[in-house]
Amino acid sequence: MVYSLPEEVLEHVFSFIVSDKDRNVVSLVCKSWYEMERWCRRRIFVGNCYAVSPSIMIRRFPEVRCVELKGKPHFADFNLVPEGWGGYACSWIEEMSKAYPWLEEIRLKRMVVTDESLELISTSFKNFRVLVLSSCEGFSTDGLSAIAANCRNLRVLDLQESEVMDLSGHWLSHFPETFTSIESLNMSCLGSEVSFSALERLVARSPNLKTLRLNRSVPLGKLSTLLHLAPQLVELGTGAYSSGIRSDVYSSLSKAFLGCKEIKGLSGFWDVDLSYLPAFYSVCSRLTTLNLSYATIKSPDITKVISQCPNLQRLWVLDHIEDSGLNALALSCKNLQELRVFPSDMYAADANVTLTEQGLVSVSQGCTKLQSVLYFCHQMSNSALITIAKNRPNLTCFRLCIIEPRTPDYLTHEPLDIGFGAIVKHCKNLNRLSLSGLLTDRVFEYIGVHAKKLDMLSIAFAGDSDLGLHYVLSGCKSLKKLEIRDCPFGDTALLANVAKLATMRSLWMSSCAVSIGACKILSQKMPMLNVEVIDENGTLDSKLDSCLVEKLYVYRTVAGPRSDMPGYIWTMDRDSSSRI
Amino acid sequence: MDGGYSRINEETHPQLLDLIPNERNWFVTRDGDHNIEGSKSHHGNGDEKKLELRLGPPGVEDWSVSDAQRSYKSPQKAAQKRYQIFKDLYFAVHACKQKQISCVSHMFSHFCTNLDSIYLFFIFFLYVSVSCFGETHQLLGAPAPVVGWPPIRSFRKNIASSSSKQAPVSDSQNGVVSNNIVEKGKLVENCQKGFFVKINMNGVPIGRKVDLNAYDTYEKLSVAVDQLFRGLLAAQNDTSGCGNNGNYQDEKPITGLLDGNGEYTLVYEDNEGDRMLVGDVPWHMFVSSVKRLRVIKTSEISNISRKDEKIKV
Repeated sequence: MVYSLPEEVLEHVFSFIVSDKDRNVVSLVCKSWYEMERWCRRRIFVGNCYAVSPSIMIRRFPEVRCVELKGKPHFADFNLVPEGWGGYACSWIEEMSKAYPWLEEIRLKRMVVTDESLELISTSFKNFRVLVLSSCEGFSTDGLSAIAANCRNLRVLDLQESEVMDLSGHWLSHFPETFTSIESLNMSCLGSEVSFSALERLVARSPNLKTLRLNRSVPLGKLSTLLHLAPQLVELGTGAYSSGIRSDVYSSLSKAFLGCKEIKGLSGFWDVDLSYLPAFYSVCSRLTTLNLSYATIKSPDITKVISQCPNLQRLWVLDHIEDSGLNALALSCKNLQELRVFPSDMYAADANVTLTEQGLVSVSQGCTKLQSVLYFCHQMSNSALITIAKNRPNLTCFRLCIIEPRTPDYLTHEPLDIGFGAIVKHCKNLNRLSLSGLLTDRVFEYIGVHAKKLDMLSIAFAGDSDLGLHYVLSGCKSLKKLEIRDCPFGDTALLANVAKLATMRSLWMSSCAVSIGACKILSQKMPMLNVEVIDENGTLDSKLDSCLVEKLYVYRTVAGPRSDMPGYIWTMDRDSSSRI
Repeated sequence: MDGGYSRINEETHPQLLDLIPNERNWFVTRDGDHNIEGSKSHHGNGDEKKLELRLGPPGVEDWSVSDAQRSYKSPQKAAQKRYQIFKDLYFAVHACKQKQISCVSHMFSHFCTNLDSIYLFFIFFLYVSVSCFGETHQLLGAPAPVVGWPPIRSFRKNIASSSSKQAPVSDSQNGVVSNNIVEKGKLVENCQKGFFVKINMNGVPIGRKVDLNAYDTYEKLSVAVDQLFRGLLAAQNDTSGCGNNGNYQDEKPITGLLDGNGEYTLVYEDNEGDRMLVGDVPWHMFVSSVKRLRVIKTSEISNISRKDEKIKV
């Protein structure tokens, strides 16, 4: 006899289970649990919008409130994915507008969103609250006007790093005077001026506003006005941080910051004028997040700021911070968890900026809670990497970019295999890794053996042969996303590990040594994968099987080959390549 | 490389052909593969590793470097190789610039036998002409840029340069498409030619023109305005008609133009026709919207009609 709890009780218990993995496991227990779980799942995360179709999602989960979708491959951020590749949110939004009238939150990343879709969102979901468009494109300020005008209960409007067609700054004025619910507004990616008076009035009537990220065109002189209207702000992104010679700007700004007792995060800081920096010193002691990655200020000035921020947990900064600044960071910020150092000059090692591997070593030593690193530099050594690995075994994300490809250890001129090997060996919880520098197949052997929790791996200009790829595909148990460019990895390794690809979200390979024939074989062996070949010359049909593919994107899917591909993408299907 | 150069100084042009060391293979092979130095060493490794590779998983075919990979073109490597050769040639040209330029034509004929080098020589000739006119040494420090490398978002590039130049906001931001083509056109014009705007001063009948591209801060502009009008103002105030020859102690410097403390204040007319106080916005934004300048008496500011002002960001 089976004893089972009443539905209402089970539903209540399920409401505490939030992680997708756990929910999936719950739904496998038995048919009644499967049914109950699917009716009460409220949040859906789709890591690859082509892995499943909107109708499949809607059929299984009828009562969803929050949807998160990701579109283009990560390398699209660096212009490796050609225009028109896909990632259209249109069909998703259309189907959800009919099926989910109570939808509250939509989060899209690297997708193409149109003004029509935005308008549809604004009119279809009566209780719509959260819109996050991260690194998206395809829409203009007209779409934003529709959102502003129609979403009466909007809490979050976040346009993080999206490419918006800036038609006018008046979209802000479309928020009605009765609209007071906004909690988070991020418009830092917009180029042109917004109507300041509309912004001012909006801020004045929004008591719940906690996050405000302005765009570059909001002048510093106006910032104090906004701060006086919103002293409850927790996260602030300034506009341009300079002004003319107006002495009153400094004093009013400084006074305004004094009034903001809740600020924990600062960003913005375009065009920094040093004389205005001290204006925000009063909030430094409370800061947990500081993004100075647009501020071209020199090391001593950066040091002065960060030495006043003992509670800093996240710091994004340009390489102007130099080793000296990083040494100071290691001494002052003992709670640091995430560090990102971006390059100021892409190509030449700027003689005036002395940022070396030493800075990272100091931080790894001094900041015991450091978990996530993104570091751009011009030189690295195995000994430094080994030291970092031993200092910080709690690293979960390690992304190192040595700017010149294939740069060896600058002390020994050897490959950096043992350095990265030490990283994966000591940092047992590493889930994200990006490699650079001179690397042979040996480093991949180390990765395959040690990096058992690795979820995402990025490889560029590395390796000698297929063995490298084979080590990774056969060894990294948890690997979900693999992106490779300009490596001599080819057919053998790929075809020897086809089953692995079905356990991963996606594989990207560009400028490697994979042939068309291998892609066809892969597609035949693995019908649950979409094997997409990108050939921008558009001549794939006439090429032999032995020809190499330009770019390859392989992902698992239950939705079959996609129908919105541009002319230069072919899906390898069965015997012949087909372009739908 | 070094051996070749020492000979240039003494001998005439035939010796230049020896600059190209024999081990470098300039010729394109029949199947279109570039027999690049880099790939040679690549093969070397492959040969050594053949033993290692055979210890691969059982049942899998030969792991050795496949034909596909042998012909694996590394465009990046080819570009780097070209660049290296180019660098060598630059030194050669630099050394022989003072000698005979005609020797260059001999090198040209030597290299014209293959396509790859024609491309190389085209750049080579451009470079000769450029280097004859100026220093281009910084080019040597810069490696050839690769698509998508280093992995930075486009809106993060050129931050260092854009903050010091007068880059318009919409251009330096994250690839934002500005539909305002007219504005863009004008901005380009500003940066390329001198950007001269009229500047008038109350009480001085003759106006001046000032090149805003010559300055990058308000302070410098203020100094320039002082220099432009100090003499004219003194001449205007000098009613005795004694002339202005060497009577410089009567010239008062014009100060406090920007902070409201001086006798005069600097204002401007923007692209919307409004009269604005100079100094509120970042310099580059000011330059992109200013139409003309005016120096007015600070005391006159309160007399300006309020209804002429529009609310502006």
